Amino acid sequence: MRIDFTVNGRPQEADDVWEGESLLYVLRERLGLPGSKNACEQGECGSCTVRLDGVPVCSCLVAAGQVQGREVVTVEGLADFAEQRSCGTGTRGTSLDEAKGWQAEGTDSQTGEGGELSPVQQAFIDAGAVQCGFCTPGLLVAADEMLERNPDPTDADIREALSGNLCRCTGYEKIMDAVRLAAARQSEGV
Amino acid sequence: MDFLRPASWEEALAAKAEHPAAVPIAGGTDVMVEINFDHRRPEYLMDLNRVGDLYEWEVGEDSVRLGASVPYSKIMEHLRAELPGLALASHTVASPQIRNRGGVGGNLGTASPAGDAHPALLAAGAEVEVESVRGSRRIPIDAFYTGVKRNALAPDELIRAVHIKKAEGPQQYSKVGTRNAMVIAVCAFGLALHPGTRTVRTGIGSAAPTPIRAQAAEEFLNAALEEGGFWDNGKIITPSVAKRFADLCAGACNPIDDVRGTASYRRHAVGVMARRTLTWTWESYRDARRITEGAA
Repeated sequence: MRIDFTVNGRPQEADDVWEGESLLYVLRERLGLPGSKNACEQGECGSCTVRLDGVPVCSCLVAAGQVQGREVVTVEGLADFAEQRSCGTGTRGTSLDEAKGWQAEGTDSQTGEGGELSPVQQAFIDAGAVQCGFCTPGLLVAADEMLERNPDPTDADIREALSGNLCRCTGYEKIMDAVRLAAARQSEGV
Repeated sequence: MDFLRPASWEEALAAKAEHPAAVPIAGGTDVMVEINFDHRRPEYLMDLNRVGDLYEWEVGEDSVRLGASVPYSKIMEHLRAELPGLALASHTVASPQIRNRGGVGGNLGTASPAGDAHPALLAAGAEVEVESVRGSRRIPIDAFYTGVKRNALAPDELIRAVHIKKAEGPQQYSKVGTRNAMVIAVCAFGLALHPGTRTVRTGIGSAAPTPIRAQAAEEFLNAALEEGGFWDNGKIITPSVAKRFADLCAGACNPIDDVRGTASYRRHAVGVMARRTLTWTWESYRDARRITEGAA
């Protein structure tokens, strides 16, 4: 079957999608967006977290057919998403001219290294909250959504918001630091 | 596999009548796991995300009509006053991501003895509104669970909503697991005080082939509270009454040994949760009475 939906502000279509396929598989294997990670495939680990119509969900538990006509934001689009939010501009998507002039950002088109980062991504780097990196994309999407909703979170709020994301490296302390840092920078308007 | 996308409730009923084997999918938090792990290959998958009224709720005079797909996060956010037991149970479901997708309809459809909503529904009192092209009916929650992962639905029926009695007294919910998030209950317990009818109702999860009520325990407690005039005098429940209630709740269980816990642990834990939730709810009831009397 064919699925048309919006990913990171751009209309996308996926063809020959198997009816039992997950959104995660479509993103990774059909649209070339491997940022959302495939680990447990049962909603336990949160490493595939994306925003579906703004709501954080495990993309491994969303059937591809369920996203027809809907909007998805992945970690790849987080920087743009955060920027648009902070600018308060309602326009989403890319104009034709912009699309024609588009080039992969950064020094490495595969990793996006050197590209723009969202505040929460920068905070994760600055606080040393990234080790193996596998859980990071899901944590970034979940943390960014919490800071959008709750700009001044308590430690309990952060733990609650990230309770669906497993990390096996850091012991979570640096992740807590990173989210606190992002919240502090956000409130200072840095 | 075929993917059915009904745009309305009527279309969904028609599709289910035509393909009774179609598996409904809403939040996907159970169904997609089974598909991802190749445990299930339904011939038809029927997406209910486009049926908007499944995501709505109405607060009536005596009860709340909760659409089958209203996600747990909305119950926590909007229905804490009307459905405190279910709101507490919702908060114990998995993680924010799962609570944003899963709802009570899915819990009822799967009818796992470990479903988090069941003890709260049993304790509050509820009816499940199901419908097919043949018509609509309401199944009392006590008659809904018929076996391990079995329910009273006919093959052509879909769950439309749950009618849950609004709380008229304190309610509590307790769950045992190895951590706070992402846990399937080792066992769970729900308790609701119904001061209007001077009754107490219970719900037990993961400690029998289906979610159950501890009926003998309820009868004992109702009689003991009546006899001692507790509803009127607002006294602390006698420890011997609480202990007997807890023992009867533990006795209502028919658990198994499995990877999450042993049968004897489950029985013990249900007894502990019964005593605690009774104490907590009764304290709230006494506090509410004191405030009312103080104001009078």
